Amino acid sequence: MKIVVCVKQVPDTWSEKKLDPATKTLDRASVDGVMNELDEYAVEEALKIAEATSGEVVVLSMGPEQSTETIRKALSMGADAGIHILDDGLAGSDAVATSLAIAKVIEGRGADLVIFGSESTDARMSVVPAMVAERLGLPQLTFANKVEAPGDGTVKAHRLTDYGYDVVEASTPAVISVVEKINEPRYPSFKGIMAAKKKPVETISLADAGIESASVGLGAAWSEVAEFADAPARAAGTIVTDEGDGGTKIADYLSEQKFI
Amino acid sequence: MNDLLDLTDELARRELAPRVDEYEREGRFPREVFTVLGGAGLLGLPYPQRWGGAEVGYTDYLQVLEILARRWLTVALGVSVHTLSCHALATAGTDEQRDAWLPDMLGGGLLGAYCLSETQSGSDAAGLRTTATREGDEYVLNGTKAWITHGGVADFYTVMTRTSPDRTAGITAFLVPGGTTGLSSATPERKMGMRGSVTAQVMLDDVRVPADRRLGEEGSGFRIALNALDSGRLGIAACAVGLAQGALDVAVDYARQREQFGSPIASFQGVSFTLADMATGIAAGRALYLDAARRRDSGEPFSTQAAMAKLFCTDMAMAVTTSAVQVLGGAGYVEDYPVERYMREAKVLQIVEGTNEIQRLVIGRALTQ
Repeated sequence: MKIVVCVKQVPDTWSEKKLDPATKTLDRASVDGVMNELDEYAVEEALKIAEATSGEVVVLSMGPEQSTETIRKALSMGADAGIHILDDGLAGSDAVATSLAIAKVIEGRGADLVIFGSESTDARMSVVPAMVAERLGLPQLTFANKVEAPGDGTVKAHRLTDYGYDVVEASTPAVISVVEKINEPRYPSFKGIMAAKKKPVETISLADAGIESASVGLGAAWSEVAEFADAPARAAGTIVTDEGDGGTKIADYLSEQKFI
Repeated sequence: MNDLLDLTDELARRELAPRVDEYEREGRFPREVFTVLGGAGLLGLPYPQRWGGAEVGYTDYLQVLEILARRWLTVALGVSVHTLSCHALATAGTDEQRDAWLPDMLGGGLLGAYCLSETQSGSDAAGLRTTATREGDEYVLNGTKAWITHGGVADFYTVMTRTSPDRTAGITAFLVPGGTTGLSSATPERKMGMRGSVTAQVMLDDVRVPADRRLGEEGSGFRIALNALDSGRLGIAACAVGLAQGALDVAVDYARQREQFGSPIASFQGVSFTLADMATGIAAGRALYLDAARRRDSGEPFSTQAAMAKLFCTDMAMAVTTSAVQVLGGAGYVEDYPVERYMREAKVLQIVEGTNEIQRLVIGRALTQ
């Protein structure tokens, strides 16, 4: 089974993030980049399926130069090869453009499964997996917390819902997005890190992928950040003094705020 | 080797930091953390790749220990002891012995213990009384080992025994599997610090092991033990520097936030000079252990430098952790901050792997004999 797992380098979740006033996009240079946390679960799931079916895992990332670190991390966890979609023309791409580029590159590579984390911690749109599936004309099994892909041309998933989960099933090839409850991602081993240095990473530009530069990047974005402002400073909280009626006062407050 | 240090840092942040306070408070041994570190390849770093090690030099291995100790001394010291417990087989074992057992010992799934000390035989290591008697194709081991890190939880024990009355030339090393009949452990010691780490007496009561579990020739054990200790001392030095760095991290953070007389206390020279002295001691200790490690890695003699590094770094860690408590004042004396624990933990480093008095003896002898 051939599995393409899509990973994104994002600003370290715990660091302070800034927007670049000129482009109104995220300033990626000023913060450390790490692999999007949910993508670690996607890589783990891909590796588990590949191990069970003697399959192959190709890790794909679209992003600036430093995204190679995230590709290397997936390779050191055990993925077999990497693809880096790298082109200055992609900067500022929205979800629609991102899904176009990813779909174009995956198309024709014979992937049985394409696995994503269900969202990235920076943009948090949660739509790219579905858009890629639509562009490729493949079934989508999103928000999965359990996946069975025995390599017999079918894939079954537990799809998380507000009230529990749905059991969904499709034929492969298919697109999957996973949530963090699905597994416990492995750490790279030191040997894995050393081995990853020798694994192939293919770099693909817009021209290589046959993508017109007018259809991606900030200029092609369907949405636009009109303006942004700093989050307001946190106001002082309300102190409730308990004079025997503390519980009632708290309940009144919560009901006023429509929490209860 | 930045990759190795980055990996260690990630493991330390994600696996050690979230557990350390609770485990040390409750005296819980973090066996699962060693499994994670083992899976990442950190339990066989300085040993040959042929047997599953990573074959990294001591300069890198010791920095790994320092990074771990910065978050959790119990774990760093455990890795150091495990590495020490593999030393006898790796250096004195035959190829058959190493092929048979070393890959599992370095592979990450197993944890080792190193049994040299006895209740009456600490600094006077050659005074050990545990016996090994040859009976046909077996040896029968009898005696009690003391202060054994991982005693009772280890999967294998490297045990120094007496095979003849000759003080030093009568000592022989054995590799004993954890489940062997007759091997048991006492109730763990209730220690001043490092309460997450298990330290216990290990009893050997007619423990029978096949003769091929003997490491090296009969009578070669003392040399094997001292060899291992030279390397073990470097491990302790690196652990001490990591612990001191952890204390400095907390002290600097606190001094920048705590305000008195309208200013952060870090802006007062009385505090900032203390922080400066702490940082300088840490940097000096790091340079000293790295110098000894470079000598070891290039095949030069390093015993004296290892003793100096162990002596200096552990005394420094005691001083730095004490200063950290002082910088935090009352907050440093209570369990809300980890520095009181660091101070308790530092003390043991001045004692283990040769007391600092023994280190001075080693250094003094090198100067005068």
